[in-house]
Amino acid sequence: MTDERIYLSTDTPPAEPAALVDDFTPTLITQANHHLCPGCGEPIAIRAAMEAVEELELAQSTITVFGIGCYTAFAHNLDVEVVQALHGRAPSVATGIKRMLPDGFVVTVQGDGDMVNEGLQEVLHAVARGENITCLLLNNGVFGETGGQMTTTTTLGQRTKTSIEGRDPHQHGHPILLSDLATTMDGAAYVARCAVNNAGNVARTKRYITRAYESQMAGAGFSLVEILTMCPTGWFVDTLEGPDYLQDTLAPVHNIGELKTP
Amino acid sequence: MTDRVLIEGSEAMARAAVSAGCRFFTGYPMTPFTELLEHMASLLPEVDGVCMNAESELEAVGMAWGAATTGHLAATGSTGQGLSLMQESLSEITNARLPLVVFNMARGQGDYFQATRGGGHGDYRHIVLAPMDLPEAVELTRLAFELASRWRTPVMVLGDYYLAHTYQAVSAPSIEGAAPEVPDWALNGSSGGSGSAKIISPLGGGTDGEEGFDLGAHYAACAAHIQEMSAGVDPLIDIGFCEDAELVVAAYGSVGKFVRYACLRLRDAGHRVGYVRPITLWPFPSEAVYDAVTGSAKVAVYEQNMGQMVDDVRLATMGAVPVEFIGGPSWDHSGFGIGPDINVPDISERILEALK
Repeated sequence: MTDERIYLSTDTPPAEPAALVDDFTPTLITQANHHLCPGCGEPIAIRAAMEAVEELELAQSTITVFGIGCYTAFAHNLDVEVVQALHGRAPSVATGIKRMLPDGFVVTVQGDGDMVNEGLQEVLHAVARGENITCLLLNNGVFGETGGQMTTTTTLGQRTKTSIEGRDPHQHGHPILLSDLATTMDGAAYVARCAVNNAGNVARTKRYITRAYESQMAGAGFSLVEILTMCPTGWFVDTLEGPDYLQDTLAPVHNIGELKTP
Repeated sequence: MTDRVLIEGSEAMARAAVSAGCRFFTGYPMTPFTELLEHMASLLPEVDGVCMNAESELEAVGMAWGAATTGHLAATGSTGQGLSLMQESLSEITNARLPLVVFNMARGQGDYFQATRGGGHGDYRHIVLAPMDLPEAVELTRLAFELASRWRTPVMVLGDYYLAHTYQAVSAPSIEGAAPEVPDWALNGSSGGSGSAKIISPLGGGTDGEEGFDLGAHYAACAAHIQEMSAGVDPLIDIGFCEDAELVVAAYGSVGKFVRYACLRLRDAGHRVGYVRPITLWPFPSEAVYDAVTGSAKVAVYEQNMGQMVDDVRLATMGAVPVEFIGGPSWDHSGFGIGPDINVPDISERILEALK
């Protein structure tokens, strides 16, 4: 692979070289190359999160706290300060930071395995305390990093490596709809769910993240943005089928929209 | 330093912590650690610090981890049971190179291995300080924050029920005074957008333009740091009557204070017994123990467990002197570590038996 550029016409070379991934990289992402799979939704979500930080001029007060998942690869490629936390523990770590730096802007980035499986207690207590932080949940309904096992957000009937014939409520229980749960709690100021499976939803994701950030800036309390992301590898579908699979499998259960606003 | 006052151990340690600059404390109530949390909750707001009654030990140690990344001195703690829950984070906090002071107000002396062998997963150690009474606890609490800052690592103060709940006259540390300056490595968000924003991670730092990180290289650096600490931290030990001792008794913590007194009385009665009381349990004062005991005929280790520190004493003496274990578990019905055997006549009897 000496030249990865795609030329639209084979007759004559274009006047300008085609744009590479770096040309589209937001300022706060220092290294656009990553080891995530083709078709993964997480880089799109991270991009939206970083663009919103930049547009709200929060780059020099932001501390992000990363959980453990595929997205962790980005922890080392951002131009905002990062604390790497353990699987599930980011909301507690973020709490310690925010309490010592009340003027700091604190965002956690976690997956569904991280936040809803291992870290459910942590995030719910952070909501209950009305902790003035923003948690971003990248929800693809599977453990992507370990290769497609069931998480607690896996929808009924969804096939994973640990629910081979599809998630059966009698055997595997029911999915937890975290954002809906958080919405019922008094400490939650802003809760929204979106997706990155088409252009409209990507724009919506950026809009919701921006509103969550504004909520934290206003000191309104806990904000949560759940972002449904594609994981074709963990779903065992072709890369190009990821967006449709998300729409047909996750989106009907994890409803998209703003669930709670200040 | 103010005048001496009669004060509970938990309050003395809390005041010493705030005096040392601690500005964040968090914990989950558990006997006999609870009062330390209570005192921190009343003291820290007076110095614009933060104390949080966490929802679990898991969350407590996570909050302390976050607070530590801001460069303010942070502490947490529990009993050994609660610390078991914290071990995953304590291991990773060590690899993230963050200063943190951890109090274990232990139930009995069963937590020696947990304290000195790392406690969690992975290949690491913590500095462990074991005071015998309140005045020493005040000094060692201060030292714990100093060492944590200097080495950027968790440091444990290993106490027990006696230390936490005994009232004793001590010079109560003043909580007035400024906290140490926030170090350069700390996060406050301001390095964002500079092109090289800071990262604090148990997986290591960034790799300058490369994707991801080199975990192997980071673990190697962490291991080198542990070795450096092992050689660089001054081991502390209390030694008495060892010059002409036939038998040297080794003990630590508040139990060590009883052993010390038993040895003193046995000396008065003409018995040639001495004692060694390691104060830093890691790094273990191996050389000092070796030097103190090699003139004697035997070493007897008294601890209220199945025999844990005895391993370190054997490693320190390297077969030069026979080492006998004369301790054993000692529980009352509460299980909180108010051992019925922790009395001077019982300990003296065991020492005399070993002396035969």
